[in-house]
Amino acid sequence: MRIVCPFCGERELGEFTYLGDAKPQRPAPVAGEDAVYEYVYLRDNIAGSMSEHWYHGGGCRAWLKVTRNTLTHEISAVAPAAGAGAAKVGA
Amino acid sequence: MKYSIFSLARAALSGHKNWQRTWRDASPKGRYDVVIIGGGGHGLATAWFLASEFGIRNVAVLEKGWIGSGNAGRNTTIIRSNYGLPGNTGFYELSMRLWERMEQDLNYNAMVSQRGVINLYHSDAQRDAYARRGNTMRINGIDAELLDLAAVKKMMPFLNFDNARFPVQGGLLQRRGGTARHDAVVWGYAHAASELGVDIIQNCEVTGFTRDANGKVTGVETSRGRIGAGKVGMAVAGSTSRVAAMAGLRLPIESHVLQAFVSEAIKPLLPNVMTFGAGHFYVSQSDKGGLVFGGDIDGYNSYAQRGNLPVMEDVCEGGMALIPMIGRVRLLRQWGGIMDMSMDGTPIIDKSPVEGLYLNAGWCYGGFKATPGSGLVFAHLLARDESHQEAARFRLDRFQRGAMIDEKGQGAQPNLH
Ligand SMILES: Cc1cc2nc3c(=O)[nH]c(=O)nc-3n(C[C@H](O)[C@H](O)[C@H](O)COP(=O)(O)OP(=O)(O)OC[C@H]3O[C@@H](n4cnc5c(N)ncnc54)[C@H](O)[C@@H]3O)c2cc1C
Ligand SMILES: [Zn+2]
Repeated sequence: MRIVCPFCGERELGEFTYLGDAKPQRPAPVAGEDAVYEYVYLRDNIAGSMSEHWYHGGGCRAWLKVTRNTLTHEISAVAPAAGAGAAKVGA
Repeated sequence: MKYSIFSLARAALSGHKNWQRTWRDASPKGRYDVVIIGGGGHGLATAWFLASEFGIRNVAVLEKGWIGSGNAGRNTTIIRSNYGLPGNTGFYELSMRLWERMEQDLNYNAMVSQRGVINLYHSDAQRDAYARRGNTMRINGIDAELLDLAAVKKMMPFLNFDNARFPVQGGLLQRRGGTARHDAVVWGYAHAASELGVDIIQNCEVTGFTRDANGKVTGVETSRGRIGAGKVGMAVAGSTSRVAAMAGLRLPIESHVLQAFVSEAIKPLLPNVMTFGAGHFYVSQSDKGGLVFGGDIDGYNSYAQRGNLPVMEDVCEGGMALIPMIGRVRLLRQWGGIMDMSMDGTPIIDKSPVEGLYLNAGWCYGGFKATPGSGLVFAHLLARDESHQEAARFRLDRFQRGAMIDEKGQGAQPNLH
């Protein structure tokens, strides 16, 4: 598996670290315990196309949003994640 | 059929051409008291304990492929009970005691080999942690020995003792740990369960659940038709999220790939199972002579049943750091299996929020050693509707209650443990 970083180009997997499913959103502080439990622990664990967070620690050190098929390891899209990385390209 | 010295002699005299099939390849009936989804070690062990221990014999095990085609046939076969946290300590020792009598119980040779498991330590802090774990084990009646450097050198003189960065200082040894022949475990449970009337149904994929007006599960839809059930138990390892989703459940589980490696056969070298405490590398030698080894999971969600190269490189580097001579041995085979990684690294054995549906899940990369124990406690839950005392902490709601069992102390993230 190789990931095409929007800042660095195509790099080997060993340069990246995986965070996990990009879908869960941190709940508001007032949302209550159940919402926090869901956010921290429950996962869709999709068999198919999944949007996930990867960190390019061995390169530009930006967070990326990668769309990858968990059945085939095929990557269909890579974009800067919201935040510092995204700011660099004005996304 | 019963295996004995006489059946062996009889088969030998007829040139080993008349061995009988060891279990019935059954076709589905319309209804069972209990339907188990998943014909791996855990599903088959559960069925056997239901029949032998709890007298529930109208049971079917449904397997989408062939029995043992999942992780039961893909693991590196290590068995041990060297756990340190309450919940784990008692459960894995229960399982270890069942391994020790499995062959007599099942009348089947599972090649259980108690050759010892040694975890090496490389720093003072790690020695202290292992001493503590060993003490915990001994307080709980489990064997553990803390070895110093001289003792490790005597036992395994071929290790790299000159590694400046990760010097071997000693190890924690559990002599009762070891390995078992994984396929034979599956066949043994199938053999013994089938003898007691359990239907083992292969090529039967569960595709949905049937529910009554109150939402209670009343059976399963399968590729071989609808099958009614008083209760349904899931033991589908890496497919848990997918099967649970058919009943509308979301679980604290991710599917990850773990790779395993086997070298060409060499003469007897390794006396035991050994783990490298400074990296993630574990190795044993199979009875055929191949070195069987592995390391970390690949670290990202996967259902692909194949791994990637960075972890392969990492595992081989770990092996070379510890046993430099294995660099001269060729790698013969490599494969990956899909595991159910729970968010704290510990299994879930519980009723599910859907009535009539029971969970046996989240075994991560350590569930082979759990096979007999898992079968017993899951059968207990299915038969009595309450947790076995050694599985009482493996409840699903522990994440909500803040009662996680995080043996590695790494936090709520499968790719960390
Ligand atoms: C490479 C590797 C090395 C490992 N090494 C060790 C080790 O050394 N020691 C250890 O203790 N553990 C080890 N493990 C972990 C261990 O193998 C698993 O935790 C354990 O085998 C899981 O239980 P099981 O045997 O019942 O699962 P499986 O054998 O995977 O059984 C689940 C079954 O469910 C079936 N199934 C799935 N979906 C459906 C459906 N919809 N309908 C019908 N059937 C279905 C599957 O086909 C499968 O046969 C390792 C795992 C891997 C991958
Ligand atoms: Zn980059």
